[in-house]
Amino acid sequence: MLFNMKSKLFCLIAGVSAIGILGCGPKQNSTAAPGATPAASSNAISIKGSDTMVHLVTAWADAFMKTHPNVKISVTGGGSGTGIAALLNGTTDICASSRDLSAEEIKNAEGKSLKLTDVAVARDALSIVVNPKNPVNELTLEQIEKIYTGAITNWSEVGGNDGEIVVTSRESSSGTYLFFLEHVLKKKDFSPNTLLLAATSAIVQSVSESSGAIGYVGLGYAHDAGEKLKSVGVKPSADAPAVLPSTETVLNGEYSISRPLLMVVSKEPAGAIKDFLDFCLSAEGQAIVEEAGYVKVK
Amino acid sequence: MSFRQFQERTVKYVLVGAALTSIIVVALIFLFLFREALPFASDPGLKELASTRWMPKSFQEAGYGLVPLITGSALVTLLATLLAIPFGVFGAVYIAEVAGPREREILKPFIELVAAIPSVVLGFFGIMVLAPIVKSVFGLQNGLTAITGAVLLALMAVPTIISISEDAIRSVPKAYKEASLALGANRVQTIFKVVVPAAMSGIIASIMLGMGRVVGETMAVIMVTGNAAKVTLSPFSSVRTMTATIANEMGEVPFGTTHYQALFWIGIALLIATFCINLVALRVLKSYRRA
Repeated sequence: MLFNMKSKLFCLIAGVSAIGILGCGPKQNSTAAPGATPAASSNAISIKGSDTMVHLVTAWADAFMKTHPNVKISVTGGGSGTGIAALLNGTTDICASSRDLSAEEIKNAEGKSLKLTDVAVARDALSIVVNPKNPVNELTLEQIEKIYTGAITNWSEVGGNDGEIVVTSRESSSGTYLFFLEHVLKKKDFSPNTLLLAATSAIVQSVSESSGAIGYVGLGYAHDAGEKLKSVGVKPSADAPAVLPSTETVLNGEYSISRPLLMVVSKEPAGAIKDFLDFCLSAEGQAIVEEAGYVKVK
Repeated sequence: MSFRQFQERTVKYVLVGAALTSIIVVALIFLFLFREALPFASDPGLKELASTRWMPKSFQEAGYGLVPLITGSALVTLLATLLAIPFGVFGAVYIAEVAGPREREILKPFIELVAAIPSVVLGFFGIMVLAPIVKSVFGLQNGLTAITGAVLLALMAVPTIISISEDAIRSVPKAYKEASLALGANRVQTIFKVVVPAAMSGIIASIMLGMGRVVGETMAVIMVTGNAAKVTLSPFSSVRTMTATIANEMGEVPFGTTHYQALFWIGIALLIATFCINLVALRVLKSYRRA
């Protein structure tokens, strides 16, 4: 009986410690080997990051693989933050980012002795969208900021009908969220009443359903959504004219809510990765940018 | 040691091992969660978790208060359970006591079918169909609210409650019913004064299991509750649940940051919540058995 108890206990301890050791293994691996990445085989490129950029990057990858049949490119989304985290953890070669790198990310990279380089490959603009029934046609940047920080909560305060403003935003994992936070909210916090929706399509759905809703979506999305949404003109200041988002107004700098789309790498690009980045900036690559509904940089 | 002895011992250890596995797994999960979450206790400090501001991405000052997430989860779970109980229990009573065998044959597979719908599909239904209905029925500006999530989750909890409650009701000894009817009680009196009380422990267990499913549900909640991290007890307001926060934010958070650790604290809070629900369920079961 005593023997039995002892051996049971032994089994338990041995089992727990074995699993414990196993449990510690992967963690150490992932921090210790940021350099030993998929990049080792230069013919396979993995690109991860911005959901905004997924269809653009996929279009580039398809075109590039046609002329370079020996290169395999895999493209996944997940958000710019996800992509940068993957780049820092060494699980992707290129990160597609729809925002500039944050100071914390650069610090994390330095901690892992990686040097992040970014290449601007296109531009995107955010349309501020409201329900088509909403009589408000233009907002100043300051009004948009106040709506999102919760200082303005009723449409009557910005020249609309009396009614609560339903503020919608992307989730905090989205690069669009951070871009909006930094450039439109001027780094002030979102109001806690803001609905954080998991996808742009959910914003389109909410704004088209609710007469009091406001949201922000990419220029291409707003265009595709057609009659369901109304893009409002944005005034940089109270006495400036309102500017509607379009390719022209983004390119000539009149439209204020626009952002660069970047490709970020953690080391000097070489081989297939360099070829791919060059292709994105080539005339053919930039033509794909326009087709995808973004604004070209070259 | 004879072959027979060896054989018996082997079987015994395999069985003991199998029985211990779940205990070991739970212990390891707790251990792992705490290991990842622990640095948070010294750097921002555990006090930070008690704040009412969940704002992990902020240029001002990051807020890691769990209060809005806990109230969000609690609100949605309680509403969903309250909605699911009458449908679940009355449904079970009907199927077990009133419905004829043919009705039962049609009803049961359909109820099980509801349980088998993937939650992301229900979420899609919620966002396209339910949210606009909630919005117009209650005259709201926005249909992505706690009540929308609760209705969807109730839909998921009802099959669990029905099938377990029905088993409990059907396993009430026939003699109870016969005695009640013989004493002159009518059918309704027999069902609600004799059969249902006798099956109460099983019914409560089914409700708790349904609640367990509701607390942990993620996908449908992300899609329909609006995810606004504010402290509120209004069913018509958007809420952000603990599960939705982990699912939405875990993907992009860099390893080892304060935000990452805060997400593990949410995991610990969730685990404690389900632990408490189970504990309460056990207690209730025990007290009913004694009575």
